[in-house]
Amino acid sequence: MKIIETDIAIVGAGAAGLSAAAEAARAGAKVMVFDENRLPGGQLFKQIHKFFGSHDHHAGIRGYQIGRDLLSEVRDAGADVRLNTIVYGMQPDKSLGIICDGKSCVVRAEKVIVAAGAKENYMAFPGSTLPGVMGAGAAQTMANVNRVLPGERIVMIGSGNVGLIVSYQLMQAGAEILALVEAAPAIGGYGVHAAKLRRAGVPILVSHTVTRAIGSDKVEAAEIAQVDEHFQPIPGTEQILPADTICLAVGLNPMTELLWMSGCRFTYIGPFGGHVPLHDACLETTVPGLYVAGDITGVEEASSAMEEGRLAGIAAACSLGFIPAAEAEKRMEMIRHRLDTLRSGSFGAVRRQSKEKQLQAMQDYREKEGLAQ
Amino acid sequence: MNGVHYTGIPSEEELKRCPGVPTPERVLRGRIACVECVQEIPCNPCEQLCRFGAISVGEQITSLPQLHEERCTGCGMCVAGCPGLAITLLDGSYSETEATIDFPYEYLPLPAPGDSVEAVGRDGAIVCTGTVLKVTKVPAYAGTAVIRMAIPKEYIHIVRSMKRIKRHE
Repeated sequence: MKIIETDIAIVGAGAAGLSAAAEAARAGAKVMVFDENRLPGGQLFKQIHKFFGSHDHHAGIRGYQIGRDLLSEVRDAGADVRLNTIVYGMQPDKSLGIICDGKSCVVRAEKVIVAAGAKENYMAFPGSTLPGVMGAGAAQTMANVNRVLPGERIVMIGSGNVGLIVSYQLMQAGAEILALVEAAPAIGGYGVHAAKLRRAGVPILVSHTVTRAIGSDKVEAAEIAQVDEHFQPIPGTEQILPADTICLAVGLNPMTELLWMSGCRFTYIGPFGGHVPLHDACLETTVPGLYVAGDITGVEEASSAMEEGRLAGIAAACSLGFIPAAEAEKRMEMIRHRLDTLRSGSFGAVRRQSKEKQLQAMQDYREKEGLAQ
Repeated sequence: MNGVHYTGIPSEEELKRCPGVPTPERVLRGRIACVECVQEIPCNPCEQLCRFGAISVGEQITSLPQLHEERCTGCGMCVAGCPGLAITLLDGSYSETEATIDFPYEYLPLPAPGDSVEAVGRDGAIVCTGTVLKVTKVPAYAGTAVIRMAIPKEYIHIVRSMKRIKRHE
């Protein structure tokens, strides 16, 4: 079997992976990035809205433009991005099994950064297997990347920022959002996103859920109902909406399969989407030389993913001697400060606490194992 | 439950407390930004977009934008630049009976100057008929159009957008 050798191998050419590649390659490391998709950028190119945050975080710039800029940065830095390439396995020694151009190869790298992202949660209800029930992220890919409108009359389930933003974008693409339904008693995402939908006449129904998708071969209607404080539908509150599509925006979970194969340690953090790898302040896991970045470390958002990618890229390049330790530490400290900013305020509080918990779990692990920091 | 967190609509109390909302007296004197940002989220491009220092967020990025009425020239850079589409320009001095509102609009088709459109409030309900005066979509707005619409003066604090125009196949 063909063996490919490189300094740093990165799994995933999304927001985090490309950011890591840009930093590490610019420092002089030989960097290869693998992604199973035919296009680079992960979720960035389907984000057609203007980003929030500060100037440091490209605020006011639309996601696809950030993706284009990042991609050209990666190319200028000289990283080798291999698309249509599946990474199907990782050994405890960090060697990767990949399929490139239909051929199986082994990749041996000094350092590996896994930035595989996250996948959408599913929700089961009567009729949920009918065509027309889909993840909100899938609908967003159809509309914004493939230019196919998934439906004309859509019911969105979930009021986090994904549910709110995708609803708005589907309206921009020409669909009608019949209702946005949220089981919790309050809206999960930003008020400004919700306000855009309300101005456009979209009802946002909190303490409501979907109880049934109606149709024989495809979704022909959606039944929704009010829920009590235990999230149980209240009989008699059912409404039938003439939907042809039901989109689920009910959270994401980290794509950790490769990490489990590597033998690295995990901890369970609900707000981060489930099991997440232990990692230190340099994003190195319990497997020496194996780093993580982006949603795989705990589901957050694109700006955090890009910052984490840069941090992991600098840390990995530094550990190979491409960046002097003092300079790397200074730059990483600045990134950590920007990450703190992104996790600030009432919306960031849960993410900040979750990250502290994750870092503490890593510290506890190293102390228990008698490993020096 | 009331308020943007429960309904997606900023409540009267939220707007009253909001440091980005101008006083009704200032609105009557001429065009001014109205920053309806009532929730502490980490976001501050409005501060940087304003060349006149009329909007400040400060060191703490989650602070609510503060409008400095005396510095606002009504130029409108913030209207297209706010990622939350939370800023409009209000002008209560337009005519004896009419006021104007400039609001961001990211749907197609765009209206044309002279069109009569349905002006809507924060809840999407139709409030009155508006007349489109101007449609600005320049590269600096990065894809967002800003529409200036004349409406009866009494609705200046109610109207915030227009009903989307149906697509023709």
